[in-house]
Amino acid sequence: MTQKLVVIGAGMASGRVLEHLFEAKADFDVTLFNAEARGNYNRIMLSPVLSGEKAYEEIVTHDADWYDSHDVTCHFDTHVTAIDRTAKTVTSNSGTVAYDKLLIATGSAPFIIPVQGKDLPGVVSYRDLDDTNAMIAAAETGGKAVVIGGGLLGLEAAAGLAERGMDVTVLHLMGHLMERQLDEAAGFLLRRDLEKRGITVKCHASTLAILGETKVEGVLLEGNEGLEADLVVMAVGIRPETRLATDAGLSVARGVEVDAQMQTSDLDIFAVGECVEFDSQLFGLVAPLYDQAKVVASSLMEQPDVFFPKELSTKLKVTGCDLFSAGDFADGAGREDIVFRDPARGVYRRLVIEEDCVIGAVMYGDTSDSTWFFGLIRDKTDISQMRDTLIFGPAYQGGTTSDPLSAVAALPREAEICGCNGICKGQIEDAIAGGATDLGALRAETKASASCGTCTGLVEQVLAVTLGADFVLPTAQPICGCTDMTHEDIRRMIKSRELKSMPAVWQDCGWKTSCGCHICRPALNFYLLADWPLEYRDDPQSRFVNERKHANIQKDGTFSVVPRMWGGITTPDELRAIADAADKFSVPTVKVTGGQRIDLLGVKGADLPLIWDDLNKAGMVSGHAYSKGLRTVKTCVGTDHCRFGTQDSTGLGIKLEKTLWGSWTPHKLKLAVSGCPRNCAEATCKDIGVVCVDSGYQISIGGAAGMDVRETRLLCQVASETEVIDVVKAVTQSYRENAKYLDRIYKWMDKVGLEWIQDQIADLENRAALAARFDLSQTIFRKDPWAEHVAEAAPYMPLANLALEAAE
Amino acid sequence: MSAWIDIAALDAVPQRGARLVKTVHGCVAVFRTATDAVYALDNACPHKKGPLADGIIHGASVTCPLHNWVISLETGLAQGADAGQVATYPARVAEGRILLDVEFLQQRSVA
Repeated sequence: MTQKLVVIGAGMASGRVLEHLFEAKADFDVTLFNAEARGNYNRIMLSPVLSGEKAYEEIVTHDADWYDSHDVTCHFDTHVTAIDRTAKTVTSNSGTVAYDKLLIATGSAPFIIPVQGKDLPGVVSYRDLDDTNAMIAAAETGGKAVVIGGGLLGLEAAAGLAERGMDVTVLHLMGHLMERQLDEAAGFLLRRDLEKRGITVKCHASTLAILGETKVEGVLLEGNEGLEADLVVMAVGIRPETRLATDAGLSVARGVEVDAQMQTSDLDIFAVGECVEFDSQLFGLVAPLYDQAKVVASSLMEQPDVFFPKELSTKLKVTGCDLFSAGDFADGAGREDIVFRDPARGVYRRLVIEEDCVIGAVMYGDTSDSTWFFGLIRDKTDISQMRDTLIFGPAYQGGTTSDPLSAVAALPREAEICGCNGICKGQIEDAIAGGATDLGALRAETKASASCGTCTGLVEQVLAVTLGADFVLPTAQPICGCTDMTHEDIRRMIKSRELKSMPAVWQDCGWKTSCGCHICRPALNFYLLADWPLEYRDDPQSRFVNERKHANIQKDGTFSVVPRMWGGITTPDELRAIADAADKFSVPTVKVTGGQRIDLLGVKGADLPLIWDDLNKAGMVSGHAYSKGLRTVKTCVGTDHCRFGTQDSTGLGIKLEKTLWGSWTPHKLKLAVSGCPRNCAEATCKDIGVVCVDSGYQISIGGAAGMDVRETRLLCQVASETEVIDVVKAVTQSYRENAKYLDRIYKWMDKVGLEWIQDQIADLENRAALAARFDLSQTIFRKDPWAEHVAEAAPYMPLANLALEAAE
Repeated sequence: MSAWIDIAALDAVPQRGARLVKTVHGCVAVFRTATDAVYALDNACPHKKGPLADGIIHGASVTCPLHNWVISLETGLAQGADAGQVATYPARVAEGRILLDVEFLQQRSVA
């Protein structure tokens, strides 16, 4: 006897169910409802429709003839309003229909972030043809589009709109694009490719509101940044469309719950597609939906069949952005990474291996072998025999290994190698061709690396790349096990290739690990923020705990707190506030430091924001006693009180400290200003010391009074306080730009020579440029971190307190 | 049989970061890696009891902030030439929430 099958939703999954049923000549009288005003089309191909590469007619799967020939009663543009399970009927705005078997295929609905303005005209989602047509219409007049969400759908929408001539900005809440499918390195490459197409990408961007009176005019971001927009596309995610199922009393979790036969909690009702939840999993990609469709068809025909989720892979349908991800690529003990990077071609491949099997893969730039790798994952192939060459793909089994010098080889001829002398890679190559085949000859010929010497490693690598086997590279100490490059190489690469994020450095410098280690990450974080203060975002997780928590960790895990005392000057009110804080937080030790301030030792981590708040309220800020940055400017009392003082050393010290505080440097930076050559402030054993004399100010650098004891050497003498401040800013900036991370000024001076630093400062134009770059950086970093952390104190507090629950 | 207890949202711990969970018998550190795996370990380095939650997290390891011992988050074993082990506890993420196994945490208090 013919059974009545009612299908709610004409999507790709239910369409596939019908195909299976009709192919098997199953005896069903089918009624099909669809809320959209059309039948089944290939929803995956909406992106090519949006970008103009395809027309809607080309992506139709089932046309009117197909439905006719299979006697399907179609109700398109019709919303089903209720399911009556007792009467076994379905009600829509075009009447009530009875069923023997019902298939729910309602798909998913876009997730709309609940912000002001979300309902304004001009705000669209990206799920169906109507959305796509709305975007195409909006793009006709050009203008600015903002896409909220940097996942698969959002990026496809962004690329399509850009293709149609709109000025597109993508906002993404997370730190890198497509974070669920890609790791940071691949996310960086994707971002770079999108930016090449003129798409602006903003990560860590949280949308506060959509602005506009009668239609969309802009988007407001956290941090009060405003963006103009004529069109806003919401593509932050989808959720299963379950309202009908819920109203009908079916078992619904996040999706409509089904068993392995795709049967819901009602034996006569099946569900398929994105609305379904199976074994706590939801499904958004087409492969498992087609698997489900086959099982639904079998179940309807009462044939045994079982649905089980398989490994999934993802590809982005944006022409020119080749990416692939599959399996599980989380780090874990017992898991090993094989990473291959070809910076010149923008290729990144990462395989995650566990117990001799590939369990995950991320590929960017060249995905030609993705099918092969996906096969290895799916089939759990033992790869131990081909492990050494695995990463190169099936064609290279037994082939050669990659070139560790490829990063340098990839530099263009115009790339500046020696910044001091303005020598490009091409000039060095020409000199080598002219017979300068060792470092000494090259230096004599071109002056490359003959000044500050920080580019020596790079010049040697140009030699190695150019001469090949004829050149034996002297062994230089790499930063750590993650790379073969030295600190100097990396600094040069960051500048010359304009690398502005950590994943960019990892990729372009061929990092061998997925995300660095505790040695390289703090160094890279410093180099990036020193060279790109406006573009780079400081990464607290790459900082040592002291700089992350803005206090010094002690042997018992407590911290010490040192408020700033400008130039060593304090007031009775400040001292009272410090005393009150010490009492209130039971500080066990209060000590006067060598830098002329007061140290509160033994503060508990969770009390830090509280004690800072108290000190802030008394007008005090962080003393940065924990930072690789400006610590203190020690002073004597100078002309204010001292009968020998020649200048206002205290006043100058305070001015210097107020100028320099908050700045990050390769290592700690201590200053002092003495009011006369008696040098009571001990300025001549500081990193930078100023000694006042009758005729002006002697500025000397490179002192130390720690593991090494060094006397400073005279940098220059100047006549005015303004000049002192400019010279100190310039020398600090040169140190920030050139020194190796964790080198104090004296170590840097030993490498580049005092004369080189003197030349930098003596050239007034260069001095002003250095000082200007310092000032620019300080617009970002000269602020009190304590006040910021008081406002966001949660990370200092326990995540949860189970001790309390146990006690109850 | 596991009894999972909901601790907090995954986003409450930054990527490559850690937060503490207080228990009757001291603190457990909950780590989140760059790839959103979570691990729970005693917050004390086997060397000199350094607070591991304050360390730098790289891959599936953490470097102790006191003397740079590197500890595997998965096994709790000290890496490289150092020898020692930190207790680990079952932890997982479900629907954006961090879950710990409450029975393991209780056994910890007995041990």
